[in-house]
Amino acid sequence: MKVLVTGISGKLGRITALKLLKHGYDVIGIDRRPWPEAPEAIEVFQADIRKRPAEDVFRTHRPDAAIHMATVTHLVHKSPDRMRVNLYGTRAFIHHCHQYGVKQAVFAGRHTFYGAAADSPLYHTEDEPPISAHTVPELADLVAADLYAASALWRYPGIAPAVLRIVYTLGPSKHGTLASFLKGPNVPLVMGFDPLFHFIHEDDAATAIVSALAHKLHGIYNVSGPTPVPLSTIVRAAGRRAIPVPETIFKLGVGRLGLPHLPAGAIDHLKYPIVVDSEAFRRATRYTYEFDERETINSFRTAK
Amino acid sequence: MFDKLLPIDPEVAARIEALDLQFNKFGVDPYGIDKTDLTRFVSAFAWIYRFYFKVDVFGIENVPSTGRGILVGNHSGGVAIDGAMVMGSMLLDAEPPRLPHAMIDKFIHEFPGASQLMSRTGQFTGNPDQAARLLRAERLILAFPEGARGTAKLAKDADSLVGFGTGFMRLALETKSPIVPFGFVGGGDALPTIANLKRLGRLFGVPYVPVTKWGLLIPKPTRFQLLYGRPMTFEGTGHERDEVVESMVGQVKERIRDLIRQGRQLREKEISEEDLVL
Repeated sequence: MKVLVTGISGKLGRITALKLLKHGYDVIGIDRRPWPEAPEAIEVFQADIRKRPAEDVFRTHRPDAAIHMATVTHLVHKSPDRMRVNLYGTRAFIHHCHQYGVKQAVFAGRHTFYGAAADSPLYHTEDEPPISAHTVPELADLVAADLYAASALWRYPGIAPAVLRIVYTLGPSKHGTLASFLKGPNVPLVMGFDPLFHFIHEDDAATAIVSALAHKLHGIYNVSGPTPVPLSTIVRAAGRRAIPVPETIFKLGVGRLGLPHLPAGAIDHLKYPIVVDSEAFRRATRYTYEFDERETINSFRTAK
Repeated sequence: MFDKLLPIDPEVAARIEALDLQFNKFGVDPYGIDKTDLTRFVSAFAWIYRFYFKVDVFGIENVPSTGRGILVGNHSGGVAIDGAMVMGSMLLDAEPPRLPHAMIDKFIHEFPGASQLMSRTGQFTGNPDQAARLLRAERLILAFPEGARGTAKLAKDADSLVGFGTGFMRLALETKSPIVPFGFVGGGDALPTIANLKRLGRLFGVPYVPVTKWGLLIPKPTRFQLLYGRPMTFEGTGHERDEVVESMVGQVKERIRDLIRQGRQLREKEISEEDLVL
C-alpha cells in the first residue's frame, strides 16, 4: 500500500514516514523543505502542496492513502503565507485525494482547536465547537483547516478522511510548540495560573497517525497519551526554572525581556488548560501510548 | 504550588492518602488534582475548620462513601464560607474522606492564584459537561443552586432561600446520581453583610463586593451547623419539560428549607440532636 505524506520533512513528518516504512508501507512525500537524510526507500518531492508539481505527484504516483501534515502550526509564524498554506494547502490536499483516487486520507490537526477559556470543560470531546478561535487569530486558520478537512467527510465520502486532533508533541527532536516554549533555561509562566498541559511523545503521536491509517478510521478523533500535567511541573521536570510573571507585564513584554513571542490571545493557553478526551480513538484503534508523562519529558530534557 | 510555605499535618496527609484518586508519576490525578498541593492546602485549612470556626456536622453518614452523588444546599450569606465548610466536613470528618468537586463561578478561575489553587484542588467552573463527566467517573459534586444570588443574601436573610436553578436536577436525572440535600446555618453571623456593592464589584471582575457590619471582609470565629439529609433519588432522563423538573427541584428545596429550620433550632438550643429528622 502506497502512502503519501505531505509535510514529510517536518520533525513529526519524518518520524511518521519512518514508522510507516517499518510497518511495510511504500512511502512517498511532498515538502517545500528538503529531507537530505531520507532513507532511499522514501522518495521526497520538493514541492508546495498548493502548486502544480504537487498535484503531479498525486497523478503519477497514485497513492492509496495520504497523510496531510503540511500545516504551519507554530504560533510565532507570522508570514502572510501561513494562512494560505494552511487553508489552500488543505483544500488542495483534499481535492487531489478525491481527484486521484486516494482511498483514505488522514489530517493531522491540533488539540488547540478547542481553545483555552476559564469556563470550558476540562476534557474536550470531538463534538465541541472551537469556542475561542476568535481570541487567537493566529490559530484561527488551523481551526478552519480542521473544519475544512472534516467537511470532506460529507463532501467526498469516497476518501473517508480521519481528522486527528493531536495534543502537544514532545520528544528528543526538541521541536514543536511546547518544546519551543521550554527552550530556554528560564520559562516564564503567568503568575497565579498553572494550567494542565496535555502532551504526547512524538514517537507515540506518529504511532497514532499510523494507527489511524491501519484501522481505516474516518471521522474526527482526539489523540492523547498520558494524563495531563500542570505546566509548572513540566517546566521543572524538564530541568528548567519557572519564572512567574504577572499577566499585565507578560502582555506588555511579549517578545521582549526574555518573554516568548506569543500573540496576546495565546496567553490564555498559559492560563487555562486544553485537555482532550481521546477515548473514542482508543476504542477504535486499541491504541496505547508507550511513553508515560515522565519518560516523555525526560526524552526531551536529555536529548542532545 | 505552596512549596514549603505550608507545613503538612500528618493526619491530613493520611486522609488525602485515603482518597479514592488515581495519581500519576507527578502525583497529579487526571483532573489536575495535585496530591502534595492538596495536602498542604488542606493542612492549613484544617486549622481554620477546626479552631477558627467550629462546625457541628450531623448526618454525614447520609453522604455515599463511594460512587457518584450531588451535594445540594443553601448559601448562607456573604461569601461561600458554607462551601468551604462542606469541603472541610467531607475531607476531615467523613469516613472514608471524600473530595467534593464544587461547581464554582467562572470569575474565580479568572483570578490569579485563585485559579491555580482551584485547579490543583479539583474545583472547576460550573459547567454541565464537566459535572456530568465527574459524576460518571463516580465523583462527588457540590452544587449551590442559588448561585451568586445565594451568596448575595444579606445577613438578615441568611436562612432564607432564593430561586433555585434546575441544572443540578437535570444532571442528577441524566447521570442517575443521588442528591444529598444539606442545610447550612451560621454564615450570616460569621460575615454579617449589610450591603453588596455591585458597581465596585464590576470594577474588580466579581459579581459584588460585600460590606460587613465591621466594614472588613473578615469573618469572625463562628460555630456553624451543617445538616446532611437522606439521599433523594429521582426517576427520569434529564430531558423532561421544565415544569416536571421544577417540581422535583421544589422537593429538594423544601428538604433543604427543613434542614435549615432544624439547624437554626439547634443553634438557638430549641431542640437537641436527638430531635433531628434528617
